[in-house]
Amino acid sequence: MVDDEIRNNVSQFISKTFLFDPNKKIDEEISLLGTGVIDSTGVLELISYLESKYQIKFEDEELIGENFDSIEKITGFISKKLLNI
Amino acid sequence: MCGIAGRINLNGNAEPVSVQLLQKMVGALRHRGPDEFGYYRDVHAGLVHARLSIIDITTGQQPLSNEDGTLWIVFNGEIFNYIELRKELQSLGYKFRTQSDTEVIVTAYEQWGDDCFNKFNGQWAIALWDSLKKKLVLCRDRVGVRPLFVREYNNQIWFASEVKAIFADSSVPREINPHGLSQIFTYWTTISPASIFSGIEEVQPGSMRIYQTGKSKISKVYWHLSFPSTADAGYKPNRIQLHDAVKVLDEKLMNATKLRMLRSDVPVGSYLSGGLDSSLVAWMGRQAKEGEFKTFSIRFADAEFDETEYQRIMASTLDSEHQEITVTGKDIAEIFPDVIYHTERPVLRTAPAPLFLLSRLVRNAGFKAVLTGEGADEMLAGYDIFREAKIRRFMANDPESKIRPKLFDRLYPYLARSPQQSKGMAIEFWKRGLDRIHSPSFSHEPRWNTTSSLKKFFSEDVQNILQLNPFGDVVSNLPEEFSLWDPLAKAQYLEISTLFSGYIISSQGDRMLMANSVEGRFPFLDADVMEYCNALPAEYKLIGLNEKHILKQVAKGKIPDAIIDRKKQPYRAPDAVSFLSKNAPDYIEEMFSDRLLIDSGLFNPLMAKGLFEKCLEAVKSGNFVLSNNDNMGFVGILSSQLLFSLFIHKNNLQTFQENQFTTVHDNL
Repeated sequence: MVDDEIRNNVSQFISKTFLFDPNKKIDEEISLLGTGVIDSTGVLELISYLESKYQIKFEDEELIGENFDSIEKITGFISKKLLNI
Repeated sequence: MCGIAGRINLNGNAEPVSVQLLQKMVGALRHRGPDEFGYYRDVHAGLVHARLSIIDITTGQQPLSNEDGTLWIVFNGEIFNYIELRKELQSLGYKFRTQSDTEVIVTAYEQWGDDCFNKFNGQWAIALWDSLKKKLVLCRDRVGVRPLFVREYNNQIWFASEVKAIFADSSVPREINPHGLSQIFTYWTTISPASIFSGIEEVQPGSMRIYQTGKSKISKVYWHLSFPSTADAGYKPNRIQLHDAVKVLDEKLMNATKLRMLRSDVPVGSYLSGGLDSSLVAWMGRQAKEGEFKTFSIRFADAEFDETEYQRIMASTLDSEHQEITVTGKDIAEIFPDVIYHTERPVLRTAPAPLFLLSRLVRNAGFKAVLTGEGADEMLAGYDIFREAKIRRFMANDPESKIRPKLFDRLYPYLARSPQQSKGMAIEFWKRGLDRIHSPSFSHEPRWNTTSSLKKFFSEDVQNILQLNPFGDVVSNLPEEFSLWDPLAKAQYLEISTLFSGYIISSQGDRMLMANSVEGRFPFLDADVMEYCNALPAEYKLIGLNEKHILKQVAKGKIPDAIIDRKKQPYRAPDAVSFLSKNAPDYIEEMFSDRLLIDSGLFNPLMAKGLFEKCLEAVKSGNFVLSNNDNMGFVGILSSQLLFSLFIHKNNLQTFQENQFTTVHDNL
C-alpha cells in the first residue's frame, strides 16, 4: 500500500474524529499530543481504528510517541508494519 | 447566610432607586435567603438583603446600621469570631443592640476602618454604605467562599451575591464575555476579577473595593496567600518537629470546627464523602457538641464513582443519623439546567449536579448549615496535581530515564477507564513540557494545556479575540515573592487562586449549597488553620508521594484506618454519558441545535454537533469509552449553551411577584 493512501486515511480519520470536520487539514508533522489534537485516552480510538482498518495488532511496547505522535510518524510506522506481515 | 444586592448612584442628581427594582433584585436571590427580606434606601443608595436566619434569629434582620443610622450594612456570611470581637469592642466603650455578627461588623468598621477585615475569621461578602460620605465599601473573605459581583457604569454601581440580581435591572446589558469563556476553557473557571458576563466583575477574594462620590475607585488587598521564602537569608518555614506540628494542627482544626458547630442558633449537620477530610471534620464536629449528629452523603448508581462503603463506615463510627441520596446519570441530566442557573458560569464536569441534589436532601431534612471538608486538599497538598508535578520535576532531571516515569503507576491506580494499552502514550504525555521546569506554572501546564485544546470548538469570532499569551491572566498577576517559594507552595498558590476559588468552593460549593438555602461551613478554611498549614515545611504535607501526611497523623486514632489508608479517590460524577440515554430530556438536543449554536455564536456548529454525534454513537454502541477531552468538551459546550439560553437568550430569570419586604428603612 502506498504511503500516500495511508497518510490520507489517517489524516481524514483524525480530522473527522478529533476535529469533527473532515475538511480540516492538520499539518502532518505537528505533534498530535503536544498540540492537544488528541489526548492520551483519545489515542486509544486512533489505535482501534488503525488495528481494524489495516488488520494489524500493536504490541504495548510499540505504543510510544515515536510511532504515533504525528500523521507522518503514524504513516511511516503503519507502512513498516504492513511490510513485515 | 444570605443574599445581598444594591444599586448606588454616585452622581448627585441621579434618580433614586425604585422599591420595585429592589424587589426584583432581592427576588432573584431568594434561594439564598428565603426567611426574611429587607431594604434600605436613600437618595443615592438602595441595599437589599434576603435572609437565611442562622445567628440571632430574632434581632439579626438586615439592612442594619450603626447607632446613629449613618453607616448601613448588608452582609452574607458568618464572622465566626464575632463573640470575641464584640467583647473587644465593648471594652472600647461600644454598646450593642442585637446579638448578631452583623452589628459587630459595622462597629468594627467604625472602630478600625478598612483594617477590620483582617480581624475577621469567617466567610463573607459585605457591602457597607456610608450615607454621609457617600461611600460604598465592598469586601470579600480571604479565599472567596462567598460570591460578590459588581458592575460599574456611568457613576453607578450595582453589586450582588449573584449576577442574576444585577440582571434583574433590565437596563443592564447581558452578554457572554468571550475572555471569560476562554478562561473557563483553560482553568475550569474565570479568573477573578473577570466573570463570564461582559461588564460584570467579581470582587477578588481577600480584597475590598471602595467607591466614593467625587473620588476614584480604590481596590485594596487586605490578605493574600503567603508561604515561607526559600531565599537564603529568609528561608524560615515553621521548623517545628512533625509530632509537635501534628498536635498544633489538631488543636487548631478542632477549634475551627468547634467555632463552626457552636456559633449557630440552628443545628449544624455534616457532609460525608467517604474521604479523609470530611470524615475528620465530621468526627471533630461530633466531639464539639453533645446530642444527635446528622450526616449526609451522595451515593452513585455507577460503581466507578461510588464511595458508599467508606461513608457508612464513618457514619457508624460517629453513630450519626445518616441520610443518603443515590444519584444516577438521569438525575444529573434532569437537574443540570437548574445547576447552571445557580453556578452562573459554564462547567466542564457534571460534579456540581450531585452536590445540588445533596443540599436539597439537607434542606428537606430541616437543616440550614453543614460542615464540609473542602480546603484540605489545597492547604495540605492532597490532590494528584501536586504529586504529578513532583514526579514531572523528578523526570525533568533525567528525561531519558525509563524508570522514573514508572512512578505514575503509583499515582493513577484508580483510573478504571484507562486500559493498560494507553499507558505508553500517557507517559509520552507527561514527558511533554519537562523543559519548562523553570516556568512559574510548571505544575499546572499539563492540565491547562489539555483543557485549552477544547478551544478548537470555539467559533471563529471567539477564536479571533483570544489572547496570544495563553496563561498570562494568571502568570502575570502572581505576588512578588512567588518566585521565592518552594515548588509545592507555588503549585498550591496556583491551585487555590484558580480552580479552588472559582470552581471547588463556588460552582461545586456555595452555589450548589445556597441553591437550596444551605450554608456550608469549612473548618479547613479557618484563617488560623490556613496560615498554619501554609507555614509548614512542604515535606509535612507531601512526603514522597504520600499526600496530606500531617493530616493523616492528626486523624490516627480518631477515624478508622480503612479511611486514612485508602487510596485517594477524587470526587467525580458521570459526565457526557448522563445526557445521552434514550430518555434524555429534550433540552439537550436543543442546546446542540444549529439554531441555538448560531444564536449564541460561541461555538463552531459543525464541530459542536460532530462532538454530540460522536458521544451519542459511543454511548449507543458501547464500543469505546469517551476520552477525557470529549467528556469535558461535551459538558463545557452544553453548560455554556445553557448559560446563554438562561441568562442572555430568554431572560427567564425568576422574580418576586409582590412586595415581601419585612424590614424597611426608607430614608426618602
